[in-house]
Amino acid sequence: MAYLDHAATTPMLDEALEAYAATAREVGNASSLHAAGRRARRRVEESRERVAAALGARPSEVVFTGGGTESDNLAVKGVFWARRDAAPGRSRLVSSAVEHHAVLDAVDWLAAHEGAEVGWLPVDGAGRLDPDRLRAELTAHTDRVALVTCMWANNEVGTVQPVAELAAVAAERGVPFHTDAIQAVGQIPVDFAASGVSALTVTGHKLGGPTGVGALLLARDVPATPLLHGGGQERDVRSGTLDTAGIVAFAVAVEAAVKGQQEYANRVAALRDDLVRRVRKAVPEVVFNGDPTDRLPGNAHFSFPGCEGDALLLLLDAQGIACSTGSACSAGVAQPSHVLIAMGADDDRARSSLRFSLGHTSTAADVDALIAALPTAVERARRAAALRIPR
Amino acid sequence: MRVLAAMSGGVDSAVAAARAVEAGYDVTGVHLALARNPQTYRTGARGCCTLEDSRDARRAADVIGIPFYVWDMAERFHADVVDDFVAEYAAGRTPNPCLRCNEKIKFAAVLDRAVALGFDAVVTGHHARLGPDGLLRRSVDLAKDQSYVLAVLTREQLDRSIFPLGDATKAEVREEAARRGLAVADKPDSHDICFIADGDTRGFLAARLGEAPGEVVDALTGAVVGSHRGAYQYTVGQRRGLHLDRPAPDGRPRYVLSITPKTNTVTVGPAEALEVSRVRATRPVWTGGERPTAPIECEVQLRAHGDVVPAAVTLEADTLHAELRRPLRGVAAGQAIVAYRPDPAGDVVLGSATITG
Repeated sequence: MAYLDHAATTPMLDEALEAYAATAREVGNASSLHAAGRRARRRVEESRERVAAALGARPSEVVFTGGGTESDNLAVKGVFWARRDAAPGRSRLVSSAVEHHAVLDAVDWLAAHEGAEVGWLPVDGAGRLDPDRLRAELTAHTDRVALVTCMWANNEVGTVQPVAELAAVAAERGVPFHTDAIQAVGQIPVDFAASGVSALTVTGHKLGGPTGVGALLLARDVPATPLLHGGGQERDVRSGTLDTAGIVAFAVAVEAAVKGQQEYANRVAALRDDLVRRVRKAVPEVVFNGDPTDRLPGNAHFSFPGCEGDALLLLLDAQGIACSTGSACSAGVAQPSHVLIAMGADDDRARSSLRFSLGHTSTAADVDALIAALPTAVERARRAAALRIPR
Repeated sequence: MRVLAAMSGGVDSAVAAARAVEAGYDVTGVHLALARNPQTYRTGARGCCTLEDSRDARRAADVIGIPFYVWDMAERFHADVVDDFVAEYAAGRTPNPCLRCNEKIKFAAVLDRAVALGFDAVVTGHHARLGPDGLLRRSVDLAKDQSYVLAVLTREQLDRSIFPLGDATKAEVREEAARRGLAVADKPDSHDICFIADGDTRGFLAARLGEAPGEVVDALTGAVVGSHRGAYQYTVGQRRGLHLDRPAPDGRPRYVLSITPKTNTVTVGPAEALEVSRVRATRPVWTGGERPTAPIECEVQLRAHGDVVPAAVTLEADTLHAELRRPLRGVAAGQAIVAYRPDPAGDVVLGSATITG
């Protein structure tokens, strides 16, 4: 099988798997007071320090969570509630049109149920945000903005945002800035303190760790109202028995991914560039989406004119090639990607898109397999799309 | 041979897909998403296009061990089935949306897409037999037989269709599903029209066609005997829900005899006035052998699960005429007339056409 969907999830690293298994064999609740509990607590705190060190944060800024969606929800809702409670007029959120649904839907929910106003920042044709637009938005709504949330790198088209510049603009106004860095960590350099952001989402399974564990890096001076109430295990901002084995494996994976990032990026970007070059040669009409230079090393995203992405996916899947239409699924039916629509694509182009994402296990053979299968798949998908009733 | 199994999430299509795998086909499962907004269609086990049905279909595909995808056919379904349904009622006819879905969606839009993508045929869980002779026959389970709603298929469509369940009764299909470990084994059958969420066809039509008050007229006296809020809410042969102001002089029940959209009139009369001996139908399809050039004696069925009567059928280019050997009541324009040749190995579908009068 040629697995070209690492942005969806990537295989666990051996060292993370081993750390998980070794820790999972030990009994102990990190909140217990006896020796077994203290041992679990030590594992958690060592992991916290490793994650903090790898990502340029202080250990006290690491809040372990159940993964990326939870971290995003905690940042968006938690900070919104806390800041609005402190100053009731502060009920505006600023976000981008290309966020992952974990942020997008959390923002929409606050708008629908909590009376939040939202300022949506547009992107250009490459999916990039403009810091000046953020500055204008914050100037127009001085003192009313509870939080700015903009992703570090886009999960669909791979465009990397000018996060440090955006964070600096927010900092000028004293507004907390959250970034969903799920796709960025391990792919490009990510340093919490140096970036100037006040909250950052990271998750395990995109970088070789387990699914269901992640963290929100949260600056100590940014208040957040908890989503989950209970034992208050994580700084009183997140409750739930700590997943010691998951946290240990997560920390091992974060450390390995960050340590090997430069070498990884060089290798994977070379494979990706080869893939892009050969896809263009095989299907000359293809449109390459996203920023050509400021992009994730493993991401290649195309529109195939005259095709439907889901037909291509089916045909490639039958040839053992795993990729993604990169779009959100609602009712199992692919909706045109909000990211591509925000980038100015029409419905047809959005629906004709496929994402190939490479990762730490990718090889040249994976690219070969794709290039071998692609021309027939495109030809068949075109025939199928020609049968559609005109929109 | 690569085949595409249309999987509704029900027991029939799940067993059909499993049988196709066993028959040696390379099977891919597809669930058709037909609702623009899945929440607006029937929920639970009663419908055929909800999120729950999609999940049931996916689980069945897992158990059978075949790839599974969801295909978005909502726009097509809306244009070819739902809009057609409304337009037919507005024109005073009584459509059969399941038949239209077979004709336009399952064995047209889906089949064409499948062929373009490299598949050779479509497999469905319909209860009908289609053997190597290419003839469409009734299922062995006459109570579940669906040959009536498949008779509209052309030779080209039938040649790319596989119905693995024709030799099984519904009870056998359920038993087999249980044996195969398919969780849908005891899922209730779907009924009614999948795109009318609450089963209220009149309400559905009223919301789309608006109120159009008109008169109910007695066929014998020409007198106005009642009023209605939309002629499209009636079907030929209907007795209930007429709310007539004046009873018939003889006190006998009256039935809807005809609907005239032009004057927005519903005409009612006694049961015997419903009796029809001659049927004219349009857009004939003939798949049961050579097209006959002279009248042939066969059997005809004029609605789903309706009576079967002997008839002489004459086929012309665009029209089919039938002389019924025994009169039938409640023959509605818009329904299909299906001609069968009685056969001990399963009555053979000769052809079909849409009743015009």
